[in-house]
Amino acid sequence: MQLFIEQVLNGIGNGVVYGSVALALVLIFRTTGVLNFAQGEMALFSTYISWKLTETGLPVVGAIVISMLIAFVAGGVLQFTLIRPMEGRSQLNVVIVTLGLFLAINSLAQLFFGTDPQLMPSAFPSGGVDLFGGARIQKDTIGLIVVLLVECLALWVLLNKTKLGLKLRAVAADPVSARLHGIRAGWMLMFGWALAAMIGALAGSLVAAERTGFDATLMQIILVYALAAAALGGFDSIWGAVICGLIVGIADALTIQYVDALDGIEVVVPLGLILVVLIVSPNGLFGKRTVERV
Amino acid sequence: MATEQTGAATEPVLGVAPPDVMVAPAAAGTTPPLWPPVPRVVFIARVIIGVALSAAALYAPFYFQPTMNRVLSQAIYLAIAAMGLNLLLGFNGQVSIGHGAFYGVGAFTSAILMIDHGWSFEPTIIASALLTGVFGLLVGLPALRVRGLYLALVTLGLAVLFPRVAQKFVDGTGGRPLLRPSRKEFSSLIEGLADDQWVYFLSLAIMVVLFFLAWNLTRGRVGRAMVAVRDQELAASTVGVNLAGTKVATFAISAAYAGVAGSLSVMVDALADGTNPVLYFQRSIEFLVAMTIGGAATMLGPAVGALALVLLRRNTQDLIEGKEILAPAIYGASLIAFVFVLPEGVVGGVRRLLAWLGRRSSAKGRPPTHPIPDDSHDIGGPHERT
Repeated sequence: MQLFIEQVLNGIGNGVVYGSVALALVLIFRTTGVLNFAQGEMALFSTYISWKLTETGLPVVGAIVISMLIAFVAGGVLQFTLIRPMEGRSQLNVVIVTLGLFLAINSLAQLFFGTDPQLMPSAFPSGGVDLFGGARIQKDTIGLIVVLLVECLALWVLLNKTKLGLKLRAVAADPVSARLHGIRAGWMLMFGWALAAMIGALAGSLVAAERTGFDATLMQIILVYALAAAALGGFDSIWGAVICGLIVGIADALTIQYVDALDGIEVVVPLGLILVVLIVSPNGLFGKRTVERV
Repeated sequence: MATEQTGAATEPVLGVAPPDVMVAPAAAGTTPPLWPPVPRVVFIARVIIGVALSAAALYAPFYFQPTMNRVLSQAIYLAIAAMGLNLLLGFNGQVSIGHGAFYGVGAFTSAILMIDHGWSFEPTIIASALLTGVFGLLVGLPALRVRGLYLALVTLGLAVLFPRVAQKFVDGTGGRPLLRPSRKEFSSLIEGLADDQWVYFLSLAIMVVLFFLAWNLTRGRVGRAMVAVRDQELAASTVGVNLAGTKVATFAISAAYAGVAGSLSVMVDALADGTNPVLYFQRSIEFLVAMTIGGAATMLGPAVGALALVLLRRNTQDLIEGKEILAPAIYGASLIAFVFVLPEGVVGGVRRLLAWLGRRSSAKGRPPTHPIPDDSHDIGGPHERT
């Protein structure tokens, strides 16, 4: 039983990470309708910036905040220079651009920050907290959960309770009508990217601190799990992304522990999960049903 | 979902069938024209391009050094896989980022059959094609329910999964999933041809056959069904297209193309590699990119794109001395540049140019108000022959 609880906690620790990257993916998708394959690499670059800032002696939290601000600006600039000109073109073109970004950002990160593994200091106190049944939960896992919940709440309030959020959603739903209502659609799309880049920066910086060292491959496998979480959640639900991130993380951890036959290929689990869920309910667990017009 | 229309560069133009396929041969009494009427300029340009390309393809291995021939052979197998993806995405509108996995299955099938079971190389190609075709069928079935973006993700998972499966089940050099058939297995069977030239010509021959099959497929009833499903599923089903059958069959055929490409890669590189966890994901991306920069839903597109890609990769590798790390950055930047300059791919761009020339020559002497013929169904149509 104790082993089981430990594995679940372990899974939650990873799941929070997947959830927070999935959150950024969902945010871009919800506000701009684009699936950003470069999301993970953008987060990686920001993580390197955070790390570099802590190296200069800044406190961790300050470094992360600065790096988030930089990411916010950079995300907006990327959208403005590379994604906006793709407006009205085939979706495939946008996908290619984000894939090109994926390659380019990854190799620039290696160029600027080297290929050696680096150590990112944690923003949370170390050590663990004893739980019932003798299981222990790491304090940074708790920290991650709290940060993620705050993030979700802030985003939910932003999107659902503010005028800005309304505009963002209007543009995502129908840019043309939104424009006719006097919403600056271009600015909103840019804002969506900037926001997602910022969330990615936060997620990356916190994730890197959990690892004993990180290099340029940090986000690649995380991105796969995050995509799984986002798909499972139906792509347009913020809470869905987070909850499904946790589901994917826990399922993964339990498989590693209990199913020897899948040793080494436990990535089957999130995939199988997506497949089953999508076959049963094509819009994911939390997605809105879309009606197609013929 | 927003990706529903990927590959469909045009508005759906269901029912605007090209003249040559509208004529039912039996009923018409006369033989239908082999070529639909095209402006003379376009026709001549096509003939010239065709002859020049064939001549270049046949002469290349005698002109270049063996290393370059290997690069060209890589372009060929990449082109075959890109054509497979083109059938699926360009013509049928189903996204797959998992073709790297089919490619990997093809590669390992060939390598394992050769090393463990003593097969010679050529029959393993057929075995690979059949096996990956069956795999494609299995993946195509759930793809009936999962569409657009979700399909992209599920197939992405395949590409990530494959190297792990290889790692677990393939026991190659030093316990790693690395299979190296001897180069001797691929020796030239024709006197006068060096080994590298033989590899090139064998790949080229297979590519020509497969491209011809694809061309035939897309021009016929099946091809029109594929495009109809891409453009408007519901409308297609109301006119009697078997949705499920068309989609699954396209998936299987497309996967088999990727599998053959994988087989050929074993011959070209003398290697089936499962050690790199992101290699097959990268391959999937390469297929997608080759198809897009060449021109989706065109016949020559995948080949042009594959060649451009391989040359781009080769030349960015040693562009900046001592900064090999930067190669992917330049590669990625070139991709983005490509999409900016030629959104319909190289072939789409050339076709646009030819259409413009054709309009100019046929519009001579007519009043300037003459409506410009809508060539939108020309781009990415099922009947194209470039």
